[in-house]
Amino acid sequence: MQDDRELLTEQENIDQGTSEGGQAESGDRRKFLTRVGWGSLAGFLAINSLAFLRFFYPRVLFEAPSQFKVGFPADYPPGAVNSQYQREFGTWIIRLQDGSFFAMESKCTHLGCTPSWMESQKKFKCPCHGSGYYISGLNFEGPAPRPMDRFKISIAEDGQLLVDKTIKYPGVPGKESNEVYPQSLLKV
Amino acid sequence: MKNLTDITDKVKKNLIWKSIFRRDYRNTVRDRAMAVFGNVFLHLHPVQVRESAVKLRFTWGMGGITFFAFIILVITGVVLMFYYHPSVDQAYTDIKDLEFQVPYGVILRNLHRWGAHFMVIVVMIHMFRVFMTGSYKAPRQFNWGIGVFLLVLTFLLSFTGYLTPWDQLGFWAITVGTNMGAATPLLGYQGPFSELLHITPYNDVRFALLGGAQVAGNALLRSYIWHCVAIPLVATILMLVHFWRVRKDGGISKPQK
Ligand code: HEM
Ligand code: FES
Repeated sequence: MQDDRELLTEQENIDQGTSEGGQAESGDRRKFLTRVGWGSLAGFLAINSLAFLRFFYPRVLFEAPSQFKVGFPADYPPGAVNSQYQREFGTWIIRLQDGSFFAMESKCTHLGCTPSWMESQKKFKCPCHGSGYYISGLNFEGPAPRPMDRFKISIAEDGQLLVDKTIKYPGVPGKESNEVYPQSLLKV
Repeated sequence: MKNLTDITDKVKKNLIWKSIFRRDYRNTVRDRAMAVFGNVFLHLHPVQVRESAVKLRFTWGMGGITFFAFIILVITGVVLMFYYHPSVDQAYTDIKDLEFQVPYGVILRNLHRWGAHFMVIVVMIHMFRVFMTGSYKAPRQFNWGIGVFLLVLTFLLSFTGYLTPWDQLGFWAITVGTNMGAATPLLGYQGPFSELLHITPYNDVRFALLGGAQVAGNALLRSYIWHCVAIPLVATILMLVHFWRVRKDGGISKPQK
């Protein structure tokens, strides 16, 4: 008995609601609220997936810094390739016969393997598919499409050589980088 | 004989047994059907199949064999995880440890490795047979679509797993693979329009895949997580849908007379 009464009152409440607002308006309101509800959920999920995407881009990297010092010019004999910084920084410090320096990225322009400097043959040789480069980085054999890229090298305040990997001189197909980028050479 | 019935009675006529199986099983058509309907795993499969569907020369059983390979890979993969650390210092030596010291490590690793090659091959054969039998046609277009995702996921599983030993093969495969990402238009820093859009090695798709600008520790960890957790999870869900849809699309297609 008691239960029936409660049900009845509930039904009355609903009836009153509709008679007050009118059938059409309450239908509109319901539709509107449904849209707001699903809309907010969709918006929430959309923003969340953006955040999820952003999550994959770390803010702090525990990688080698992009600017680093590599000792004093006097440490380097002319006409030699220094591979000491290849492992950690992916960079060779090269001093040409005329005494000028440049820094080159240790990365094959074919598919990105690390070539090695072959002192006896005076060339860089890539172990992956056999690309070969002269000391200047100009490619002359194998599938590499262009010379290897260079980084900016300068003298720091304390007189040491400073490599800046954020400034890059990309090799241009068939061109000698010494000529395309005179600014990549450091005369001491 | 008397004793045996006593034992079966003891095992079956109690609350625990009944709570698990709920009903008695008599080997009738109805009970066999109920056993399939009532089982969460089996009900993905049609209760009855056409005679033609079990003919090997029509399906080659390749979808089922792909699933079998996947199960083997999940089991052996989970066991391998007990001895493997996804870190640059340990990954390679852990693999050596598995090969030379861990009891049954060699067979475990080889089961996983060969199983992986096997799965890639049979999934392609499965797709080939679905194509050649015209089974992608209505009403099975949707399941073909699911299949395309499963194919890609199978390749990605193979690719991400390849890096985990942190050997020369894996390292250079990931180097080359992510460089392809870097050369992709609009996504990579070496692709067309990258300068226009300010795409650098530090904000492109390669960076997200590697978790950095170099193939290093983060790349190994990411590859490992994709390989061991994320992709198998998605693939499992898609496989459930795939099997369910085979049932809902009226069972396996049948040969034309
Ligand atoms: C993880 C990979 C996959 C698994 C485990 C899997 C599993 C299965 C199984 C068990 C069947 C039942 C018939 C059979 O054994 O041939 C099936 C059917 C089917 N599969 Fe796959 N499959 C996979 C990938 C694919 C791919 C790559 C495609 C195509 C793009 C595909 C498309 C289909 C279609 C359309 C059917 C229905 C065939 C029919 O009705 O005759 N599946 N799959
Ligand atoms: S990556 Fe150097 S030759 Fe292919």
